[in-house]
This record gives sequence, C-alpha cells and structure tokens, in this order.
Amino acid sequence: MGVARFWRDHRIRYQLIGNACPICGNRYFPPRELCPDCHRESIGKMQEMQFSGKGALYSYTVVHETPDDFSDQRPYVMGIVELEEGPRITAQIVELEGEPVIGMPVEMVFRKIREESAEGVIQYGYKFRPAGVKR
Amino acid sequence: MRKVAVVGIGMTPFGELWDMSLRSLGIEAGLNAMVDAGLSSDEIDALYVGNMSSGRFLGQEHIAAMISDQAGFTRRNLPAIRVEAGEASGALAFREAFLSVAAEIHDVVIVGGAEKMTDVSDAMAQEIFAASVDQEWESFFGATVPSLYAMMARRHMLEYGTTREQMAEVPVNGHRNAAKNPNAHFRNQITVDAVIGSGPVATPLGVLDCAPVSDGASAVVLAPLEIAKRMTDRPVMIAGSGTATDSISLHHRKTLSGIPATTIASRLAYKRSGLSAKHIDIAEVHDNYSISGIMAVEDLGFVPRGQGGPAFQEGRFSADGEIPINLSGGLKAQGQPLGAIGIAQVVEVVRQLRGEGGERQVGNPEVGLTQCVGGTGGTCVVHVLKVV
Repeated sequence: MGVARFWRDHRIRYQLIGNACPICGNRYFPPRELCPDCHRESIGKMQEMQFSGKGALYSYTVVHETPDDFSDQRPYVMGIVELEEGPRITAQIVELEGEPVIGMPVEMVFRKIREESAEGVIQYGYKFRPAGVKR
Repeated sequence: MRKVAVVGIGMTPFGELWDMSLRSLGIEAGLNAMVDAGLSSDEIDALYVGNMSSGRFLGQEHIAAMISDQAGFTRRNLPAIRVEAGEASGALAFREAFLSVAAEIHDVVIVGGAEKMTDVSDAMAQEIFAASVDQEWESFFGATVPSLYAMMARRHMLEYGTTREQMAEVPVNGHRNAAKNPNAHFRNQITVDAVIGSGPVATPLGVLDCAPVSDGASAVVLAPLEIAKRMTDRPVMIAGSGTATDSISLHHRKTLSGIPATTIASRLAYKRSGLSAKHIDIAEVHDNYSISGIMAVEDLGFVPRGQGGPAFQEGRFSADGEIPINLSGGLKAQGQPLGAIGIAQVVEVVRQLRGEGGERQVGNPEVGLTQCVGGTGGTCVVHVLKVV
C-alpha cells in the first residue's frame, strides 16, 4: 500500500480525532463529512473534536487465525470499545492479565499496529488497555 | 411491475476445483441453467453476473463482458452487467436481473454468480475475502471477518444466554444436509463436540464454525411469469424482493447481536409478497459462521429474538423440522464461492419448490426464502419465492 493512504489519516489514528454535529450534537469517530441525521444542514459545519480515549469494552475475541501482517502478534485480542463520548471503535486490547471482561474500563494507548514487510512502512495508531490499573 | 418467474436453474459442484477456471465455472453453471430452462442462447436478452473480487483473486476485471463472450452472447452484443456487494454480490445481481424483467426492460435474462478463490494462497484468499469489511477502521487494526462475527457471537451469548453448544448445531445441521448434496464442498457429518473442539479461529469461533473457501458458480434464468407458464409446468415466482444497507463497520451499529439489514430486507420482501415469516416453508440463510444462522432465524422473524439457539438445538430447523434451513448444506457445507452464494440459494429453493430435491427433498414446500449478507451486514438481500 502507498504511504499516503495511511499518512492522510495519521492525526485521526494517533490522537483520536473525530467530530461532532453542531445541530444534533451527535459525535463521530472517525470524523464524517456530514452528519447522517442532519444531512446537508451539517455540511461544512462539522466540528472537530478530540476524544478522551476512555471507554468500556463492548465485545471482544481472541484472534488465532491472523492476516500475514499480524502473524507475529498471534494470538491477540480484538475488541469493540464504547468511548465515553458515545461512538464505538474497533481496536486491539493489550496489557491484559487473563481473559478480558465485557464492560471493563479501558483507555487508549498509542502503539505500533503493524509492519507491512521487512522493508515496509511501520504503521502506528490506537490500541486500548485496561484503565485504572497501577503500572 | 410485471410478475417474474425462475424458469431455469444450474450450478457447478462447489469445492477446491483445481481444473476449473472462472470462465469454465461460469459457462458450466450457465449452460446447466439454459438446458434446465429448455432455452437456446439466442432467446436471452441480457446477462447479469454476481462476483465479489475477480480483480484480486485473478487480476481480471470486466468479467461480465468476458463471460458474455465465452457464452456466445457477444455475437449479438448483449448487455452484460456485473454487480458487486461483497458476499451478497450474487443475491444483488439476482435482484437487479429480476428488476430488469419486472420493469419490462428485458424479457428473458440469465443471472450467474461465480467466484474462483483457490488460485491464490489460503492466507491471500482470507485477506481478499475481508475486503467486504472496513479496510481503514477495522482491518487496519487487525480485525478479520471471523473476529467481527466472533464479537457478534459474544454479544449474543451475553444478551440472550446463547450457548456454544447451540451455536454448534448450525454447522452440524448444514453438514447433515450436505451429505445428500452431490454438489457440496463437504459431505461428511460432524458433531457438536467436534465443532466445539475444532481449532480456534477467533474465540468463541473455531474452524468448524466457519464456512470454507470454495470455487464454484451458479445460475438461473428469469422470464415474465406469463411467458414462463408456456415454458415450464412448474414456474417458481419471485413473490418478494428486499434489500437494505447498513454501516460497513460493525462498530457503528446500535446492535451487534443481530443484523438489522436482514430484518429490514426481509420485511420489505414479506410486504411485497403479501406473505410473512409464518408462511415460509423452507429457507436458505447466510450461515458463513455458526452465529450467523442463529441471528438469521431471529432477524427473519422465524423465532423471537434470543430463541434462535434453543430452536436449532430442538431441531426446529432440521430437514424434518418446522422450517428446514439450508437443505443444500448452506455456506458452511455446500460451500462459499462468494459471488455464487446468493444464486446457489435460489437454485436450492427452486429445486425444492419444484419437488426436484431428490434424496434431500422435503415434502411439498410452496414458499421458500433466501437471505444473503455482504460483510458483517453492510448489505442484505432477501427473496421470497413461491410455487405458482
């Protein structure tokens, strides 16, 4: 894959940047060009916002059969996290001690996501880990 | 809109077909459907093709024209249209073909679905297959298709108490039915214990919860009902057609324990047919994963929400149950050549409604349903078919 494809979204993935509709107040991650509820009224008015990175685990799975780019991380935990601001997000869950529990508080951490190949670009982004744990 | 009937059905075996190319698969299924309809190619007005990813599996795009050429249709320069909607490509192509006849754009059309998946490595096939989910916001982070369905399964288990044993009944049912299907990828029977004990793919799903990578093609011929009555003694009418979309990312949906697009598409199909879930005698549903079969029977309204697991366990969807499901073996056991799935479902339902199911025929069903899903539910297509 070309570098630009991932570079253009790097702020969103590094800092959890989404947006909000000023008309209905709905929040979106990743950011949307228009609010699916307010349609054209919202075009050009969507307001960028940074999410706190705090949320709760909504569902999870332990992935054993992985894509080639992720085979060095096998097995890993994928989760869907419900952010405290509302939207849900798909990410790996890391720094776990044992099996995760649905509903557990989690927080975003900045991590390496994958390397495309030995010579390839290293891609970074968000993962989540248990929150409120002394480290 | 005029009424439309299926007048011909055909398919190839599904499986790892090393000696078959996409072209040869498409032509074999199409010819079988033409022979079944008793038609010659000069009676066809248009070709529709359902295919998910020939560009990545084979490097070949523009395959509607390619298959049209191989079929001899380019002698008359017929229109040929490819439709793509992930794993629902074939089902949506069927719907587009149906609409073109209903709208009096064409009279007799052939619609085929095909996928050649085994010319690439298994790892590559899985990667291409995953292109029907969100590449930027799901796959980028390591989510695979089975991992997304596994997270749906986990929510279903939490919200309704669905058990691992109940989920396992779905592939057990598929394999039991496929044992009587000579075209099936897998004809061996499996047990609940074998499913639960199968190697983990994405917990709680194991290898035997997941439909395989298969090659294969399927095709049907459609005609206006009035013409169909002159062509065959037992035309099967397309009584209702419904399709719906939803977010391509699973995480954007309000619920993970069902597929809202299935519910909406089925209600549209029921409404247009004047029928409801209680009229359905048989169904072919999208059991790409074990949990999908359970969600399907709930989303389609066959059982109340949360009752899919117990109903499978009680045998209510077995060949001798109230609504036999996936008499073909379904995606799990008949096989999963992506673009061919949706049309293969129609082939099986029509076969049963005509009473031509052979060893796996169940009684005299009059109304059948097909349900096909793209990705994790970004698209769903439902059809209700009825004996005239």
